[in-house]
Amino acid sequence: MKKMIAGATALAASAFLAAVATPSMAEAKSLTLCWAAWDPANALVELNKDFTKETGIEMKHEFVPWTSYADHFINLLNSHSSECDLIIGDSQWIGGAAENKWYVKLNDFFDKNHISMDTFLPATVVGYAEWPKNTPNYWGLPAMADAVGWTYRKDWFAKPELRAEFKSKYNRELEPPKTWDELLQVYKFFTGKEIDGKKVYGSYIYTERGSEGITMGVTNAMYNYGFDYMDSKKPYHMEGIVNSAGAAKGLDVYKELFNCCQPKGLTNAYMSEGLDAFKSGEVAMQMNWYAFFPGLAKDPNVGGDKIGFFKNPAGPAGQFTQLGGQGLSVVSASKDIDDALLYVKWFAQPAVQQKWTDLGGASASKAVLESDAYKKSASYAPSFVESMGMVKDFWAEPLYVPLLLDMQNRVHDYVVANKGTSKQALDALVKDWIKVFKQEGKDPS
Amino acid sequence: MNDAHRPFSEPTPLARFIAGTVVLAYAIIAILPLLWIGLTAFKSQSDAVAYPPKLFFTPTLEGFVDLFTVQTHQTHDFIAKLPPPTTWYEKMARDNDMVIAGPSRVVERFTNSILIGFGSTFFSTFLGTLAAYGFSRFRVPLKDDLLFFILSTRMMPPIAVAVPIYMMYRTIGLYDTRFGIILLYTAVNVSLAVWLLKGFIDEIPREYEEAALIDGYTRLQAFRKVVLPQAVTGIAATAIFCLIFSWNEYAFDLLLSNAEAQTMPPFIPFIIGEGGQNWPAVAAGTTLFLIPIVIFTITLRKHLLRGITFGAVRK
Amino acid sequence: MLFLENNTSGDLSPEASPARIGLALTDKQMTTAPAHSKKIQIASTLLVGARGLSDKAIAWIFIAPTMVLLLAINIFPLIWAVRLSFTSYMANLPRPLSFVGIDNYVDILTDEDVWDHFQTTAHFVISTIVLQVLIGLGLALLINHKFKGHSFWTTVILLPMMLSPAVVGNFWTLLFQPQIGPFNYFISFFTGLAPSSFTMIGSVDLAPWTIVMVNTWMWTPYVMLICLAGLRSIPDYIYEAAEVDRASSWRQFWSITLPMVMPFLMLAVLFQAIQSFEMFDMVSLLTSGGPGSTTELVSITLKRSAFEKWDTGYASALAVILFVTAFGAANIYVKVLNKVKQS
Repeated sequence: MKKMIAGATALAASAFLAAVATPSMAEAKSLTLCWAAWDPANALVELNKDFTKETGIEMKHEFVPWTSYADHFINLLNSHSSECDLIIGDSQWIGGAAENKWYVKLNDFFDKNHISMDTFLPATVVGYAEWPKNTPNYWGLPAMADAVGWTYRKDWFAKPELRAEFKSKYNRELEPPKTWDELLQVYKFFTGKEIDGKKVYGSYIYTERGSEGITMGVTNAMYNYGFDYMDSKKPYHMEGIVNSAGAAKGLDVYKELFNCCQPKGLTNAYMSEGLDAFKSGEVAMQMNWYAFFPGLAKDPNVGGDKIGFFKNPAGPAGQFTQLGGQGLSVVSASKDIDDALLYVKWFAQPAVQQKWTDLGGASASKAVLESDAYKKSASYAPSFVESMGMVKDFWAEPLYVPLLLDMQNRVHDYVVANKGTSKQALDALVKDWIKVFKQEGKDPS
Repeated sequence: MNDAHRPFSEPTPLARFIAGTVVLAYAIIAILPLLWIGLTAFKSQSDAVAYPPKLFFTPTLEGFVDLFTVQTHQTHDFIAKLPPPTTWYEKMARDNDMVIAGPSRVVERFTNSILIGFGSTFFSTFLGTLAAYGFSRFRVPLKDDLLFFILSTRMMPPIAVAVPIYMMYRTIGLYDTRFGIILLYTAVNVSLAVWLLKGFIDEIPREYEEAALIDGYTRLQAFRKVVLPQAVTGIAATAIFCLIFSWNEYAFDLLLSNAEAQTMPPFIPFIIGEGGQNWPAVAAGTTLFLIPIVIFTITLRKHLLRGITFGAVRK
Repeated sequence: MLFLENNTSGDLSPEASPARIGLALTDKQMTTAPAHSKKIQIASTLLVGARGLSDKAIAWIFIAPTMVLLLAINIFPLIWAVRLSFTSYMANLPRPLSFVGIDNYVDILTDEDVWDHFQTTAHFVISTIVLQVLIGLGLALLINHKFKGHSFWTTVILLPMMLSPAVVGNFWTLLFQPQIGPFNYFISFFTGLAPSSFTMIGSVDLAPWTIVMVNTWMWTPYVMLICLAGLRSIPDYIYEAAEVDRASSWRQFWSITLPMVMPFLMLAVLFQAIQSFEMFDMVSLLTSGGPGSTTELVSITLKRSAFEKWDTGYASALAVILFVTAFGAANIYVKVLNKVKQS
């Protein structure tokens, strides 16, 4: 009798448990991850299939073209929409995200799960996770390491006639340039030559006006001639720093490149036009984000042995390159924060980080990037690692958009539309930026 | 035959010929850009950005496939491991090292365009007809001022109105809803509709209604049975203009909609391919998007000219 | 009656033709109207249950929805914008409103760059209108010769007008590309200039004219239609009288055609002026306001400050300024137009 009662109770209990437990397990769990629409995003879709296999949580993706990426998602975050659970947001958004509580602060989560920021490249931690900068307050996990780099037509550089001509003209070998002076020489050398039956140009540089293109290009020159954003000892003091003589010289150099050697018609061009120009054999060199280099290396027309890579050349004041890349963050308006954090934990694992790079992403993890295996894995790998060690980023203030748009305006006006001098452009920019910082409530000068 | 519209003396055959040739030349030049876009819709991506541009090429439906699907780039090995393609478009994608991941959102956008375009056209024409009749037939206090007020709402740059409307919509929850966009387009179009239709209805002699009223019809019935049939031409012309606006509108839809209510104009220019703009897909989208409105306009083309006549002269 | 006479293009569909109804009713009306007119007047202004709602009620029911909609969607937001223009509100910062008086307006009106943009806009509007009027009127005059197939070719010319300006701006960037677009090659075919020696949207000198050209391409059909309607409304007998007076064709054009088309033309100019002044989509997608800010129209400046910088107070002030400008100019213009129509 006792046995029967025990048995019946057990049965009832398990039936009850089943009834209670099943609904939540039968519920199809899903997370929405938001990013920009480009090659690495496709790689991420592939990677996330593993996550679904391990946890049963379906991964939905929302990818938006770069041209409307910032507008679209900042809008979304601003309106506290729960459309995205996870977002791979631009490094520029960190300030706004932190101050407006768009992202979940991750310090406690990292501590609990033993995720250390030391396992990532320092530049990526500062760039993609910290706000205020250089303080241990983390709002994202470095997800996509990226910087501006250069590609060149190795096959053209190897042509004997060209090598001979270059040597006689410049008294050195035709090699990937290491300084901006050398870069100019190579540019001018190739521009106007007929190669493979087509007139070619020396190079392609960013000139896009609408979102961030020309700024992301021009800084690569300006950093190396002495440009900086503010006095490191006196926050938001910009006069004499932003518009220093060196900064103006850097801007002049960029303009010289544009005038002499940019393909005609590419006056409002950013990432995709550069890829098109390089792939169609129109230019000898191209400035673009490392994120595209895996795809280029595999390209049937210009990949393989035909392509080479080099990091941003040095200038008299140093060697820096513009930081790109994004961090993975949890949206605070999400309805599934626990699951989202689970994804972050999964993504941070070393094995996943390695697979992420293998598939076409770019992990920021030291273990992946500083390994010998990585450096040998692709021709762009060594220069990429070096580049990530010399990056500098644009403002990440909450009001970074007006700051960026002002710079876009002044720089494009000077470089492409020939308005005024470089000093005048930068002087006007300082005035613009002072105005914006006043709006933010800071104390600029 | 009615001679009312032959200019001065009968144009000489020579004059006719010259006129014809000039107009023909202009028409052909004007249409060339559209023809190029039509051609591009059938090019492959590399043909579309070929240097120099290609006039002759092997046509392909890649652009349309790209328009309707979302694809991901995969390695050869990965593709080799997949089960063989079942449809012609899958095969096409595989040949380009791409795998179809699912349908794109173009059908939703097109549907939105149809719903919002025709919906707002219907409402603005409907409200416009009623209001125009009211202004035309009845003594309304401050009629001229009200009519000018209605006309002046057309003078506000859409971007200018977009700022407060954005905040208003956010507050009352109409952001990114089809209803919100339909409401907005209706409001923008109704001023033109009232104004055009009033011109038409003014032209319809009152005697017909008054005769009907004498015959025992109510005012509403007179409106329905006598005025409306005669106003059909004007209504058609008004509908065309309203539809052209709503169909092609970009700024408001860009700023006030997101995933739910987005129509085709903000969608088409941002169709991205492998790293750059997918011109064949953009061209395919443009061509398909043009078809409904061209059909609508050609069907009602006769009414278009009358629409301008009466709307223009009567105020 | 004008409605019956003015069979402008023979496109009165038989069903809608009032001719039949007119003929049928006119006789009856002529016998009954005088006797009943007074009764009708009285009856129609009073509330009469047997005849349904009174006219007054119908008038209000018919007009009210439109007015409410316009008030809600046009006027209310405008008032809100005026209010915001006196604040330093930024729509993406959760700060409370703070009033700054006329600071925004002073900012805008003393900013050299904003005046540059106004100048660019003025150049765009005026050039576009001049070209559209010349080409539109010219085409209308030619089409009026009614050569064979004119109806078909007219429809063809109408096609650019039916496109979305945003989509137009976007695909013209491909057409204007010096290396891969057909435009430069087309010009080089006729002029011998090398295709890559010039660029339409990338050159500081050519870009402002390029946006004028594309806008003209799109909207000339509209002006043409209006002029065509105007030309067809000129009654024949005036020309016949001129013929009798042995006036030359040129004379006839200047003293008959042009003055009678003028009201239509001025109306077309009004529409097109408003439309070009508001133009945003096409130029934004074609040049992004570049190179630099040589094609930055005021509407682009407004969009940037409102929806990219989220400087809502400033943007509202600019919006109010734009509205007042458009409204004021249109007001003056309409008064002039009315005077011309009366003469």
